[in-house]
Amino acid sequence: MTLKTEPVTINLGPQHPSTHGVFRFRVTFDGEQIADIEPIFGYLHRGSEKLAEERTYAQVVTLTDRMDYVSSMLSNQAYILAVEKLCGIEPSPRGVWLRMIAAELQRIASHMVAIGFLLQDLGTWGTPLTYAMRERESVLEMFEMLCGARITNSYLRPGGVFMDAPVEFLPVLDSFLSALPHRIDELESYLTGNEIIFARTKGVAVLKPEIAINASLTGPMIRASGIDWDLRHRDPYDYYDRVSFKRPLHRAGDNFARYWVRMQEMRECITIIRQCVEQMEPGPVRPSHDDVPYLLRPPVGDAYVAIEGSKGELGFYLVSDGGISPYRCHVRAPSFINLTLLREMLIGTLMGDLFVSFGSVDLNMGEVDR
Amino acid sequence: MSETILDSSLFRNVYCYVAGGSEGCVSHGYSEGFLPAGYEWLAFAITAAVLAILFIQGALGGVLALIWGERRILARFQNRVGPNRWGPFGSLTSVADAIKTMFKEDIVPDQADRFLFNLAPVIMVVPVLMVFAVIPIGVGTLVADLNIGLLFVIAITSASGLAIAMAAWSSANRIAIFSGLRAVALLVSYEIPMALSLLGVLMITGTLSMTGTIEAQDVPFIIVQPLGFLVFFLAALAEMSRTPFDLTEAESELAAGHLNDYSSMKFGVLFLAEWAATVAGAMIIATVFLSGWRGFSPIPSHIWFVGKVVAVIFLIIWIRATWPRLRIDQVLSLAWKGLFELTMINLIVTAILTAAMADREADGSLFSAGELWIMAAVNWAVFFPSVYLIGKLLASKPYEDDSSEPQELYPVATEEKAFEGAAD
Repeated sequence: MTLKTEPVTINLGPQHPSTHGVFRFRVTFDGEQIADIEPIFGYLHRGSEKLAEERTYAQVVTLTDRMDYVSSMLSNQAYILAVEKLCGIEPSPRGVWLRMIAAELQRIASHMVAIGFLLQDLGTWGTPLTYAMRERESVLEMFEMLCGARITNSYLRPGGVFMDAPVEFLPVLDSFLSALPHRIDELESYLTGNEIIFARTKGVAVLKPEIAINASLTGPMIRASGIDWDLRHRDPYDYYDRVSFKRPLHRAGDNFARYWVRMQEMRECITIIRQCVEQMEPGPVRPSHDDVPYLLRPPVGDAYVAIEGSKGELGFYLVSDGGISPYRCHVRAPSFINLTLLREMLIGTLMGDLFVSFGSVDLNMGEVDR
Repeated sequence: MSETILDSSLFRNVYCYVAGGSEGCVSHGYSEGFLPAGYEWLAFAITAAVLAILFIQGALGGVLALIWGERRILARFQNRVGPNRWGPFGSLTSVADAIKTMFKEDIVPDQADRFLFNLAPVIMVVPVLMVFAVIPIGVGTLVADLNIGLLFVIAITSASGLAIAMAAWSSANRIAIFSGLRAVALLVSYEIPMALSLLGVLMITGTLSMTGTIEAQDVPFIIVQPLGFLVFFLAALAEMSRTPFDLTEAESELAAGHLNDYSSMKFGVLFLAEWAATVAGAMIIATVFLSGWRGFSPIPSHIWFVGKVVAVIFLIIWIRATWPRLRIDQVLSLAWKGLFELTMINLIVTAILTAAMADREADGSLFSAGELWIMAAVNWAVFFPSVYLIGKLLASKPYEDDSSEPQELYPVATEEKAFEGAAD
C-alpha cells in the first residue's frame, strides 16, 4: 500500500491570535512546509483617505491617528509636514523640536511593540511582551502629559504642536531616557543571546538587498538587509539635519536581523531625543492664528512628504483645489508596501516560521487597510 | 523497610478496615471488619471506589492548585499581579473557571466524527489519572505498589498522543489536524529517550517498582544520574507538551490546536488532563530522581514529597515563562540528535559502573550510599563534556561576518558600501 499525500489549504485569520489585527492568509501547506501563500486584507478598511476629503485640514489629523495606531505621532508628523509644504507654512522652532521628541518617543514605543509581539509569536508566553509594554507605557504616560491623550494623540498642528510641554515633562523625559538604556540592555541580555530565539530566527525569511530594493521596502526591513536607507539621514525633514545619530545596519536580512535592527534603533532614538532637548529653546510652539488660521485654504497644487516612520517610509500626498479640505489624500503606508514580499519570504519555510516572519515585518493593520 | 511500606499500604488498610477477618489482615492487626465473611468482593469494590474517589479528587485539587499557581507565578515573572479577585490571593479563580466551563454550551461540529470526538477526552484523562495510582505520595500512601510501576507509567502516558490525534482527527478541523500530526511526531520521538533515560535508573535499582526506586535512593538520582535526569525532564516536557515543546497547541500558530472545536466540559476535561499530566509528570520526576518522599525526620514524608513536586512544577513554569517555542524540525532533531545520544552515553557509563561495583546479583542488596557517590562523581565528570559537545553540535552557527567587536555588526555604512547589493 502506498500512502498518498496531498497539500492542504488552510485559512489562517482573520480571527486568529497572532495575525496582528484582522489579517488573513490562505496558505497551502505541504506537510509543515508552506507551498503557497496568499495574503488577503481589507478587513479593517475604514476609508480614511476618502474621509479626509470631507474634513478640514486640521480635522484630518484625527484620522491619521487611527491609521497606524501604535505610532500615531509619526502619522501626525507626516501629515502635518505635507500640509506645511502645501501651504508654505514656516513652523515654529520649539514646536518642531517638540514634535521631533514626540516622534522619537513614538518610535521607541512602536519598536517595543514590534519586538514584544514578534517574541509573542515565537511562543514566549508574554514575558518579553510585558517588559516591552512597560516601556511603551512610560512613553504613553509622557504623551498624556504632552497632549492629554495616549494613543490617538492628535498632538501636532500645522506649524508646530498645539500645546507647549508642561514643566514636569522634561524631568520625566530625562529620567525615562536615563533608565531606558538599562532596560534595553536587560531585554537584550534576555533575548539577543537566547539560543532558541537565535535558532528560530536566523536564516529564516531572508530578503536579499536587491529584492528588497525592487519591492521598495523601507525602514528597519531594508536596513536589516544591509541597505543604509533612512529618510532622517537621506532626506532630512524637520530638524533632523541638526542631530547626529548612527543607523544600525545588519547584512543578514533575516528575521533575527530585523529584530536586531529595531533593538539598536531604540538606542539611537535616545541620543536623538537628548540632542533635541539640548537644542530646544523657549518660544511659541506654533505660529499665531493670523499666520496659520484654523481653517486653512492652501493654494491650488499638490505636495508629497515622506518621513521615516517606525515601519518605513510614511508618505502623505495631498492635492488641494483651493478649498478647505483636501481634494485628494493618499497615504504611502509602509506596512502595506513592506507586505508585498510576504510570498518571497515565506514560501518554503515551515508553519512555525509563518507568524514569526509575519511579525518581523512589523505591520499594523490599521495602516495596511486604512 | 519494604515490609513496613506494604504494612501501611493504603489499599490494604482500607480493605482490611472494611473486610477484616482474612489472614492477611489479621497479621496486620485488623481482626474484624464491617462485612461478614464471604463478602470480600464487596469490600474490594468499596475499597476501589474509596481510593479512586480519594485519588481523583486529590489529583483534581492538585490541578486546580497548579492552574492557580501557574497563573500567579507567571504573572510575577511578567511584572503583573495575576488573578486576585476570587478568594484569598485569587485562589478560587480556578473554581470559578471550572463552573463557567461547565455551563457553556456543548457544541459538536457538524462534520465531526461524533463517537471519536466524544471519546477523545476520556482517552486523554483516564491514563493520566491512572498514573496517580502508582505514585507513593508519602510513606506507604499509594494505591497500588505495582512491581512494574515505572513500565506502567511509561506505557500509559503514551496514550495522550493517541488522544490528541483522535481529538484532532475527529473534529474535522484542518488546523487541529496539524496539532494531531505534531502530537504523534512528538510522541514517537520522545518516547524513546524517555524510556531509555530511565534504564540507567533501573540498572542501579534493579527494580521497576516505585517504592523500590525510592528505597534505592540513599543519594537522590538527580545527583547519581544527571544525564538521565536532564533527558527525562526534557522528554517529559515534550510528552506533557509544555514550553519549549508546546507544539500541539502552539497558540501563536494553531490557536488552540486540537482543542479548537471543543467546548464546555469536553474542553474542560481535555484541559484538565493536560494540567493533570503536568502534575503527574512532576510527581514521577520527584519520585524517580528526587528520592520521592524521603527526607529527614521531623518533617513528615508527605510534606517532603509535595515540596519536591512543587519545586519541579516551579521549574516547569519558570521554563514556560522564559523560553520561546522550538520549531518542529528543531524539536525532532533535538530528540534524535541530542537526547538519544545523551541517553546512550548515560547507559554505557552506568552499565560499566554497575558492573564494576559490588556484584548485586549475588546478594540482591542495593548499592550503598558510598557506592552511589562514586557513581555520581563519574557521572558528573561525563555529564559536562557530553552536554557541552552535544550542545556544540546542535547549536546554531553565528553569522559568518560576526566579529568579537559588537560595533562591527552595525557599521554606519558609507555611500558606496550601502548600495553595493543594488548595483544591478
